[in-house]
Amino acid sequence: MGIGQSVRRLDAVAKVTGRARYTEDMGMPGMRHAVFVRSPHAHARVRGICLEKALALSGVEAVFTFADVPCIPFATAGHPYSLNPAGADVADRLLLTDYARYQGDEVAIVVARDPFTARKAAALAEVDWEVLPPVANLEAALAPGAPAIHPGGNLLREHRAGKETDAAAALQAAAVRARGSFRTPVQQHCHLEPFSAYAYMEEHNRITIVSSTQIPHICRRIAAQALGLDWSLVRVIKPCVGGGFGAKQDVVLEPMAAFLTWKLGGAPVSISLTREECMACTRTRHAFHMEGEVGADAGGGLTAVSLDLTSNTGAYASHGHSIVSAGINKLSSLYPHAAFTARARTAYTNTPTAGAMRGYGAPQVAYILECLVEDAARRLGMDGVEFRLRNVARPGDQNPLSGKRMVTAEAAACLEQGRRRFDWERRKAACLRTGDVRRGVGVAAFSYGSSTYPVGVEPAGARMILNQDGRVTLMAGATEIGQGADTVLAQMAAFTLGVDVAAIQVISIQDTDVTPFDPGAYASRQTYVNANAVHPCALKLRRKILEHAALMLEASADTLEMRAGRVSRGDGTGLSLREVALDACYHKERGGQITAEVSRKTTANAPTFGCTFVHVEVDIPLCRLRVLDMLNLHDSGVIINPQLARGQVQGGASMALGFALYEELLVDEATGQVRNDNLLDYKLPTILDLPDIEAVFLEPVEPSSAYGNKALGEPPVVSPAPALRNALLDATGLAVNELPLSPKTLYRHFAAAGLL
Amino acid sequence: MFDIQQYHKARSVEEAVRLLAAHEDALCIAGGTDVLVRLREPHSGGRCLVDIHDVEELRPIVVLDDGTLRLGAGATFTDAADSPSVLRHAPLLAEAAASVAGPQIRNMGTIGGNLCNGAVSADMAAPVLACDAVLRILGPEGHRAVPALGFHNGPGRVALRRDEILLSVDVPADRYRGFGGRYVKYSMREAMDIATIGCACMARVEEGRVAAVRLAFSVAAPVPVRCPAAEAAVEGMSAAPERRPALLRAVSEAVPADVKPRASWRAGADFRMHIIRTLAGRVLNEALDRAGEVS
Repeated sequence: MGIGQSVRRLDAVAKVTGRARYTEDMGMPGMRHAVFVRSPHAHARVRGICLEKALALSGVEAVFTFADVPCIPFATAGHPYSLNPAGADVADRLLLTDYARYQGDEVAIVVARDPFTARKAAALAEVDWEVLPPVANLEAALAPGAPAIHPGGNLLREHRAGKETDAAAALQAAAVRARGSFRTPVQQHCHLEPFSAYAYMEEHNRITIVSSTQIPHICRRIAAQALGLDWSLVRVIKPCVGGGFGAKQDVVLEPMAAFLTWKLGGAPVSISLTREECMACTRTRHAFHMEGEVGADAGGGLTAVSLDLTSNTGAYASHGHSIVSAGINKLSSLYPHAAFTARARTAYTNTPTAGAMRGYGAPQVAYILECLVEDAARRLGMDGVEFRLRNVARPGDQNPLSGKRMVTAEAAACLEQGRRRFDWERRKAACLRTGDVRRGVGVAAFSYGSSTYPVGVEPAGARMILNQDGRVTLMAGATEIGQGADTVLAQMAAFTLGVDVAAIQVISIQDTDVTPFDPGAYASRQTYVNANAVHPCALKLRRKILEHAALMLEASADTLEMRAGRVSRGDGTGLSLREVALDACYHKERGGQITAEVSRKTTANAPTFGCTFVHVEVDIPLCRLRVLDMLNLHDSGVIINPQLARGQVQGGASMALGFALYEELLVDEATGQVRNDNLLDYKLPTILDLPDIEAVFLEPVEPSSAYGNKALGEPPVVSPAPALRNALLDATGLAVNELPLSPKTLYRHFAAAGLL
Repeated sequence: MFDIQQYHKARSVEEAVRLLAAHEDALCIAGGTDVLVRLREPHSGGRCLVDIHDVEELRPIVVLDDGTLRLGAGATFTDAADSPSVLRHAPLLAEAAASVAGPQIRNMGTIGGNLCNGAVSADMAAPVLACDAVLRILGPEGHRAVPALGFHNGPGRVALRRDEILLSVDVPADRYRGFGGRYVKYSMREAMDIATIGCACMARVEEGRVAAVRLAFSVAAPVPVRCPAAEAAVEGMSAAPERRPALLRAVSEAVPADVKPRASWRAGADFRMHIIRTLAGRVLNEALDRAGEVS
């Protein structure tokens, strides 16, 4: 019962009927509203600030500037606390600044009785700017003598993964080599619910923050750090969240909301960003500049992969170098027999801050890797599927960077099934590759992780309570932000307890005062690591239920079973859970409330695999690429809920189609000004732009998670972009090594190639 | 929240004109899909709205006794896209209306608002020019009728006084009978977008030859434009299938003289020109095919 079934999401009815409450739905009497005063310049210093007009506006209660905030630098990335100071995130910002590092940087904040007055007043703050020349692209930031955006210089971090000498030797010996330069754009998360948080005080020394966050427990710690408070003096409540995709794996508004209520005697203060602010002034996906070379032997063996990756983290570190570093680690499982090396650098620029975004570096690294692999296959005269089949990881292979053995690894099965189901050979043979309208097919593969271990710690917590009516309350550290965590955890609990899923009541609103500890929703980790807490917790609760039932039945607990929501003896007689619960609570001598709690660290990180097949049509005169068909195959271990899993693939692949074909936050490289901080000019694809997206799951049983499952949240965004580039190459013979493959990009390449 | 200081609801076109005349800073609002977006930004001064959204006489789409196709300025995009009269006589107007944004916007936004807003990217602008339509206007001095050509008289500007309102877009019968029409919106995505280039064409074929062509573009110059050079280049040419490539080449080669695309971060001038030339051929081709079906 429960595992492998398309159980309807627990919050489906509440969401479609509008009952679900999000942060902005939870207002309080007396709420104040705050709006930031932002820098119009990408690089500038404040000479002075005059607040007279802003303060004179009726309804304005206070304005705070950089001069009013604590001088405590803090880091915003949603990573667990690091016991090793060298592993800590870079603490490079204050609550407000007098030195603007990007267009939108926050120099002051207005608090008013309504949001409109606050916005009006923010526009009335008069700032005297000393405008400085911006460093708005990677080349400028890393050029010798470039102005330093932060005291340590513009190179945030640099490292090398794998042995450079081994890869160089393998490249030297290779029969064919493919090399190229690649670029990926700045992508925006475009979560439906904008950033929103409010804070208030009910006690003299404790602050409560309600926030649309993916990381309540981390948020508590960072907000407390930013204000110099003991961590438990801050409490974070997470209501329904309308998506985050990594943007809300960062602490963006909460420390400021906490600061404002602290300054205003505990009055509730809300900060809700506009869409424009969300797009340009929160977090984005890192743009990458990449060089690379791969080598293969004459027999079709991939022998060497050498990458040189530079990522643009924008004005502040946020997740910074973790992105490129994780991207390398996640892809390193795919071709374990090649000598693998990568140099990675991350630089500051005067552009919007990049942070975590679904895929966390992997879409960028997969783009260069899977384009170069395709190019090498073509040099060898080999079919792209065949070449990958010769080289992908198999069970028992070792990851070249970590040395860890892979237990489940169905990359080859994904490619083989995909080739068959997509009718690859026939489609490939049938493509018309001449004339104005051409067709082509493309494939790309990926590997990904299931958690952050061993880079990060992977705790998960679960608490279960047998209620008096026999239903079971489940509190989990896993943070539901729309992905379906509550539902799949309920399925797991129901399966192990032997009760119906409907009998499990998940507490979706999280509160760091009471919710079990877990760092939050990121790294596709929740189903994987929370399974390892929910499973033992359910076993514990079940044991306690059976033990109490044994007292009631004067039997041995070992002779009892829990099935279909009942405790039964072998002869079919037994007790309902309600009877057990009532007795446990109200019998005057025996029992007590039946609860169980487990906190468990997962010390594994099973790689996931998969691939994307696409069939495209390219209208050359109109500079348009249309996706005719797309098939995604995933080895994510056992699928807990097929309908939710398909939803993850469709959503993830849609996001990848946006990354590959449409989306780009345009930053003027000379001025650092953001051109398109709105959903009209930023071309998020609509439903009419997307093909039907099919998903197929291979389901090996992964032993490192309790129900055999691996990650699925992010893997679908990794392989579509290179598959589309490879299909464009197949159709036109042109290798377009930049994204998005939009009409404007295609026009440049088609014109240069003389196709127009 | 919107910075609205005064709101007046008009129940007739005459009342709307009176209200506009009486309030100097008044702004006319119909569907609100452009006006409200602008009002979202805080303004220092007050804002006064005259709402013509529920003026029923502006809404109908009809064919008059003399065959004139009349689209009320208050007809929504959805009204125009679904109208049997429009689909029958000037399907390019329906195609343009259906290409606007998404269903919610199409249910609110109006044909008249689309034109009077003055945007060079307005989806109705090019097809209205290709139809050689007549615009009926009411002001304090009474009615007047002007050709659609010339109504857009500068970037973001139209030849409409502040106290006038557009009543209808009229297409006389001789301007659509026997014509095939087509509108193609070239944009970066299939919905919720503004045109990178909009191309509209009406064409008529007589005895196998191109008897009349009206070709128009949006976003191809500071205002929506007709294309006299391209039209002249193909009039009289054979429309026969085997001669089509030459015809389409001719229109594509002539059209640059009629347009002046602008370079911006949204799209380069060379890219826009390439798309203009490509669309001129493709849209004319489809209009001629439809003209063949008509005659």
